[in-house]
Amino acid sequence: MMENASQPPLIELRGISKYFGPVRALENVNLVVNRRQVVGLVGDNGAGKSTLMKILTGAYQPTFGEILLEGRPVHFASPHESRLAGIEMVYQDLALAGNLSIAANIYLGREPIKRQWGLFRFMDEKRIENGSRELLERLKINIPNVKARVENLSGGQRQSVAIARATAFNAKLVIMDEPTAALAVKEVAKVLETVLNLRAHGVAVILISHRMQDVMSVADRIIVLYEGAKVADLERSKTNLDEIVAYIVGSKGSAAQARAVAEG
Amino acid sequence: MSQSGTTPAATPAKTAVQLRGLGELFERVGILIVLLVLIALITIVERLANGTAYFLSIENFSNIARQIPWQAPLALGEFLAILTAGIDLSVGSVLALAMMSTVIAAHAGVPAIPAMLIGLAVGAACGAVNGLALTRLRLPHPFIPTLAMVYIARGLTNLLSNGTPILRVPWEFRVLGAGNVCLFTFECTPTSLRIPVPFIVVVLLFVGFGIFLTRTRTGRHIYAVGGNPQAALYSGINVNKILTLVYILSGALAAVGAILLAGRTNSGEPQAGVGTELVAIAAVIIGGASFFGGRGNVFGVFIGLVIMGVIGNGLNILGVQPFWQQVAIGVIILLVATLDVVRRRTNRT
Repeated sequence: MMENASQPPLIELRGISKYFGPVRALENVNLVVNRRQVVGLVGDNGAGKSTLMKILTGAYQPTFGEILLEGRPVHFASPHESRLAGIEMVYQDLALAGNLSIAANIYLGREPIKRQWGLFRFMDEKRIENGSRELLERLKINIPNVKARVENLSGGQRQSVAIARATAFNAKLVIMDEPTAALAVKEVAKVLETVLNLRAHGVAVILISHRMQDVMSVADRIIVLYEGAKVADLERSKTNLDEIVAYIVGSKGSAAQARAVAEG
Repeated sequence: MSQSGTTPAATPAKTAVQLRGLGELFERVGILIVLLVLIALITIVERLANGTAYFLSIENFSNIARQIPWQAPLALGEFLAILTAGIDLSVGSVLALAMMSTVIAAHAGVPAIPAMLIGLAVGAACGAVNGLALTRLRLPHPFIPTLAMVYIARGLTNLLSNGTPILRVPWEFRVLGAGNVCLFTFECTPTSLRIPVPFIVVVLLFVGFGIFLTRTRTGRHIYAVGGNPQAALYSGINVNKILTLVYILSGALAAVGAILLAGRTNSGEPQAGVGTELVAIAAVIIGGASFFGGRGNVFGVFIGLVIMGVIGNGLNILGVQPFWQQVAIGVIILLVATLDVVRRRTNRT
């Protein structure tokens, strides 16, 4: 908030806690994402990354805490509501229908309609195809034929289509959960390039990844969760791999310290 | 930049793409080739064995066009269910219940068109029960609710009719189920080319559903639910609504079959449609739809029906024992299903 006086941050999570019965999944997490920013969210398995993102997209409701979108408090009852507000999630398991074309997937669930003889409501196939082509071009994703079926694409191409799909409709924030986990090395670079292209188009990105080299290469800021608490929030230019790994494994900055920081 | 990057690996990748292209092409027209081969075979064997060419005559095509229709709407409904990776076992029983309802209504003095609408409503209601049982009761697979409906609908049919057929239906049914339109002449003469009205009804139905499935949002969402229900859900598609709609349509289509059959047989028959669900499933599978869902089109289903009609009719003309028809249909099902598996495997490279 301080760094940009004229505008509130795009997304601000304040004091988010989530309890599942006696289990504390998240404890008083604060998080800010600004426009045109790639934020890497890292942490060991079970550190709370996915839970935090599910709260942000409305899949879970926080036990305590609030979410501010562009300075206004918001309540997302479902992922559908957060999507309408401009927050898109790219799922790890590639939520695409292989039997449909690239264009059909990009517009799935929001196909534009044109009326035929004033009677039938048909899909506007031209707009779907042209829109898809323009979108892929804008993100510099090199796929020649938007009519090709998704099942005939490589893993990296599919991931790129999934990202393009997430950003097709004025997304302000795109959350990516392990976008590079299942990819060949050659394809990882393409996906990371797409992340940077998103930022260049004014979209903010939260990148969840186990691959530290990916996070280090594209993130502007890196946030580390440890046992449900935020233990580090670092500018990439002022940190290094060793420091981040130390935070992830808990040898630097304990959860208790983090609580002290958050309260102070 | 990727142009230069891909050159070394271009050859194997390109052939893979071409193979996949062939696979897609086969998915579109392969079934047509099977049909043409079948027609050619029967024609040649007939010429060699009997020295006649009746099979290829227009009169015989008219026969085939008369045999297919009442089962065709059931196959179409079955296709919708299989498209969503489901199944509708109840189409035969729902046909009987809709047939009985519409004929009883007509005998009770309801005019023909409203009586038909009653039949359609009964069919749609059975489908709605199937769909809601699947989506609201969260039964594990549509096999279960539609299996239950096999017995419920058949039992209700027998309760309605006391297990006995009801003879005679209004002329409107007769026109739809057994009428002819004659080309080039207003009055039908023995020499004029007769096109069965039920065949026209079926063609219109298939064209209509073809447009519905490929050009409307709902149609695309049906394919999406069949291809990847998770993806459909994430895309904001109401998957349960789509599934329920599919079973309602399947029930209503079974009722269309019921109206055509009532017209053709001039009766309401409580034992109608016993085992027809298997004919419908066979036509859908032969027509190139995949049991895994999301694959196939109405054109294929239509050709699947024609293939089954041609096998029955052709072997009949050749004087082959009718039991061989069943063997032949079984063999073709195995063949086509194997092709589907092989194609899927080549896609998984």
